Amino acid sequence: MTETSGTTMKLRDLATTIRSKNAGVDHITFDIIFREPRYYEAAKRSEALTPQRIADLYRIPVTDIVSFVAFDPAQAIKFTIRRRRPSGSPGEPDVFGSQMYPPLFDIEIPVEDAG
Amino acid sequence: MGTQRQMRLMSPTGHLGFTPIERGSFEIGLRQRPDAIVADSGSCDIGPYPLGSDQAHSPREWQMHDIDLIVRGARELGVPAIIGSASDTGTDRGVDDYVAMVQEVVERERLGPVRVAAIYSEIDPELLRGLLRDGVEIPGLNGRPPLSEEILDRTDHIVAVMGTEPIIDALNAGAEIVITGRASDSAIFAALPLRAGYPKALAYCLGKLLECASFCAEPYMGKETVIGTITDEDLVLEPMHPGQRCTPASVAGHAMYERIDPFSETVPGGVLDLRAIRYEAIDERRTRVTGARFIDAPRYTIKLEGAGKVGERALAIMGIRDPITLSYLDEVIAFARQKVEARFGPPGQPGGYELFYHVFGRNGVMGYLEPTPAVAAHEVGVVVEAVAPTRAMADEIAAMGSRNMFYARLPVVKGTAGGASFFSDEVLAARPGYEWTVAHVLPVEDPRALFRTRLLTVGG
Repeated sequence: MTETSGTTMKLRDLATTIRSKNAGVDHITFDIIFREPRYYEAAKRSEALTPQRIADLYRIPVTDIVSFVAFDPAQAIKFTIRRRRPSGSPGEPDVFGSQMYPPLFDIEIPVEDAG
Repeated sequence: MGTQRQMRLMSPTGHLGFTPIERGSFEIGLRQRPDAIVADSGSCDIGPYPLGSDQAHSPREWQMHDIDLIVRGARELGVPAIIGSASDTGTDRGVDDYVAMVQEVVERERLGPVRVAAIYSEIDPELLRGLLRDGVEIPGLNGRPPLSEEILDRTDHIVAVMGTEPIIDALNAGAEIVITGRASDSAIFAALPLRAGYPKALAYCLGKLLECASFCAEPYMGKETVIGTITDEDLVLEPMHPGQRCTPASVAGHAMYERIDPFSETVPGGVLDLRAIRYEAIDERRTRVTGARFIDAPRYTIKLEGAGKVGERALAIMGIRDPITLSYLDEVIAFARQKVEARFGPPGQPGGYELFYHVFGRNGVMGYLEPTPAVAAHEVGVVVEAVAPTRAMADEIAAMGSRNMFYARLPVVKGTAGGASFFSDEVLAARPGYEWTVAHVLPVEDPRALFRTRLLTVGG
C-alpha cells in the first residue's frame, strides 16, 4: 500500500484515546488523541488518515464527512460524520454514537524508524 | 497577582440525575468554599423520546439525590446554585418537577426561606407556526431545511435554548437557587461571572470546560466534582477527587468533546473562539487556560430543539445458530420482510410502518457504518424492531417479522423444525418511537423574549 521506507504502526498503538460520540443530534464526531508528539505528527502527515480514506473505510460518501481537522492544542485529529437519520430515531443502532470508532484501530500509519 | 479578584464555580456533575453525584469529591469541593454550585441536567444524547413524550429520562430518586446535595451544600455556604436544563430536557414539566424537589429539600431540612427562580423555555409550536405565517425564516442547523408547518405538524414538544440573560435577571431579582428550562450548558456557568463583570470569553470558556465536571480531568471518571476559578486574565481548573488531575492534555481533550469544531463554540449571542487558546500546567493537578476570545454575533439567535412521535414500537428477540441459515441470513430476512409486505404493503409509506432487523454479531452495533458486515461468529442475535401507527399493528409486524425467520424457506437448510431460536416467543412492548424534528435557530430582537421567569419563596 505505501512506498515509505519506514515501518507502519497501527493507529491503536499510536493514539492514547480513540473515541466517537454524538455532536448534537445529527452528527457523530470522532477524536483521535496522541500523547507522543512524533506520533501525532506522523498521523497528521499520513495519507492513511484523510477524509477520503475515512469515507472508504466506513463506506459512505466523502460528503457525509462534514469536518476533518487537526487540533494541535490537544494533539488530536478530529472528524465528524453526518448521520443518515437523527440519533435515537427508530432503526438507528447507537443513540450515543459511542461505538463507531473501532474500525479506526487497525489503520496503518507510516512512522519513522525508531532512532 | 495575589490580590487579583477571582470567582470559583463548583461543578459536581455533567448531567444531574443521570447517575448520582459522587459524594466524596463533592464534600471536598464544599470545603474549598466555592462561590457557587452550578450543574447542567440536560442532554440531547438521550435521544428524542424524553423531550417528545415529556418524560424524565433519569430516575426521580437520582435527581432528588443530586438536588438534595446541591441545595444543602449551597445553603450551607450561603452561595447561589444554578441548575440548567431541568429533568434532562428542560420542558416546563421538568422545571416544575425540580422546583418541587428543591422545595421538598428546603422544607425537610428547614433551610428556608429561600428565593427560587424558575425559568421556563418551552415553546408552543403554534407560536412558531404564527411566525412562519408572518414570513419569518427559521433556518435549520446541520444542513436541515428551514422550519416548516409540516415539521411542526410532526412535533410534540419544543424547547428554546436560553443564554445568560434570563439567568442574570433572576439573580438580580434576588434568586438564590435558579432552576432553568433548556439552557446552553456554557451559559449556566457564564451567568455569574458575566454578572460580576468578568470577560465574556473567559466566562463562556469556563462554562465549556466545566459543563461535564470531571470529564475535563484524568484519569477518566464521571460524576466527580471539579472547581473552576475565573479571574480577569485566566481560568484555572482543579479536580476535587484526589486521584484526578486537570492536565493541559485532559482539559484540551475535553474542549473538543462532543463538538464538530474544536476551534470555536457557538453560544447564544456569539461565538467562543478557541484558536489561540493556551493550556499550561500550574502543577500536577491544576491547569491554567488563557487566550479564548469572544465574537459577538451580528444578530442574536436562539436554538430550538423539538421532537415528535413517529409511531408505536414493538420488539422481538431471536437467535440463529445454524451455519447454513447464517450463510443465507439476507435471504432469511428478505423472506420475513416479504411476508410482512404481503399483508401490510411496502414499508416507509406515509402513515405506514417501518421494520428494522438489528443483527448483533454482524452489524447490530454500527448499522450501515459497519465496514465488515460479515458474520464471523457461530451465532447471531437479531432484534426485530417494528414501528407502526397503532400498538396492535406494531405488535403484529414484530410477530410476523420474527416468526417468518423461523419459517424461512431455504433450498439447502438441513434443520426442518425451525430456522431460528426465540429468546422467548413474545413481542415486547417498547416505548413509542420519536424523532428529533426541530434543530433550528430563531433570530430574536430580545434574548429574553422567549423565556418566562417565576420567582417564589420556599420554606418561608
